[in-house]
Amino acid sequence: MERDEPVNGPLATLTIVASLVLAAWALVAAVRKRPPDRSHLVGLAVLGLIVVALTVAAGVAIAGGERPASMATFVGYLVTIVCLPPLGAVLARMEPTRWGSVIVTVVCLVVPVLVLRLEQTWSTVSSG
Amino acid sequence: MAEQRTAPERTTNTGPGRVLVVVYLLFAVAATSRAGVQIATKFHEAPLAYLLSALAAVVYIVATVGLARDGAFGRRLAVICCTVELIGVLAVGAASVLAPDAFPHETVWSGFGRGYGYVPLVLPVIGLYWLRRTARPA
Repeated sequence: MERDEPVNGPLATLTIVASLVLAAWALVAAVRKRPPDRSHLVGLAVLGLIVVALTVAAGVAIAGGERPASMATFVGYLVTIVCLPPLGAVLARMEPTRWGSVIVTVVCLVVPVLVLRLEQTWSTVSSG
Repeated sequence: MAEQRTAPERTTNTGPGRVLVVVYLLFAVAATSRAGVQIATKFHEAPLAYLLSALAAVVYIVATVGLARDGAFGRRLAVICCTVELIGVLAVGAASVLAPDAFPHETVWSGFGRGYGYVPLVLPVIGLYWLRRTARPA
C-alpha cells in the first residue's frame, strides 16, 4: 500500500477492476433477459468488502495525519461509494427481472467514476 | 412489490422505471453533495451558481420521489421536475457556452451536463418519455 496516497494505490485499482468486471457480468445477464442471480449478489458482496477496505485505508492515512485537499468532498465520495454495493444488492432483489441486472450494471459503472473522483480529491487542490 | 409481467408497464417505478429511479437517486445524491459543499465552503464566490446547484439538487430529489411513488400526484411531481430539469439544463448549458465569463463556476448543468457525461441532458428526456409511455388511459 502506498503511504502517501492511499486511494491511488493497488486497492483503488482493484476496486475499479472488480467493479467493471461485475458491471460486464451483470450486463451479460441483462442482455440475456435474466434477472441478477446469486453470482451477482456474491459479486456485490465482494465489491462491498473491497470498498470497505479502501475506506479503512483512507481512514488510517487520515488518522496518520494526512489530509485530502478537500475533506468534506472526500468523505462525501467515500460514504457514497460504501453505500453503493448494498444499494445495488437491495434493488437487484426488489427487481427480479432483467432490469435488476441493468441496475447492477449502472451501480457498478458509477463506482469506478467515484474512485477516480476520490483520487482527484485526494491529490489536487482545485475542486468544482 | 406486486409484479405484473403480462400487462404492459403501467407504473413508473418497476421494470425499466426502477433503473430510472436509481439513476435519478444517484443524481440527487451527487447534486445535493456538490451544492452542499459549494454552499458550505465558498458560497460568497458565486452565490448565483451555487443556488442554481441547490435548485438542481432539489429538482433531482423531488423527481426521484415522484417517480418512486408513482400515482397521480407522484406523476405530476415527476413531470414538473423533468420539465424544469430539461429547461434548466438547456438554459444553463446555453448560457455557460455563450457567456462562459458569466458562468465561471461549474454546476451540474454547465456545458449541458458535460461534467456528468451529458447524462443530465438525456435524463429528463427519458423521464418524460417514460412518464408518457406508462400513462394510464384517461
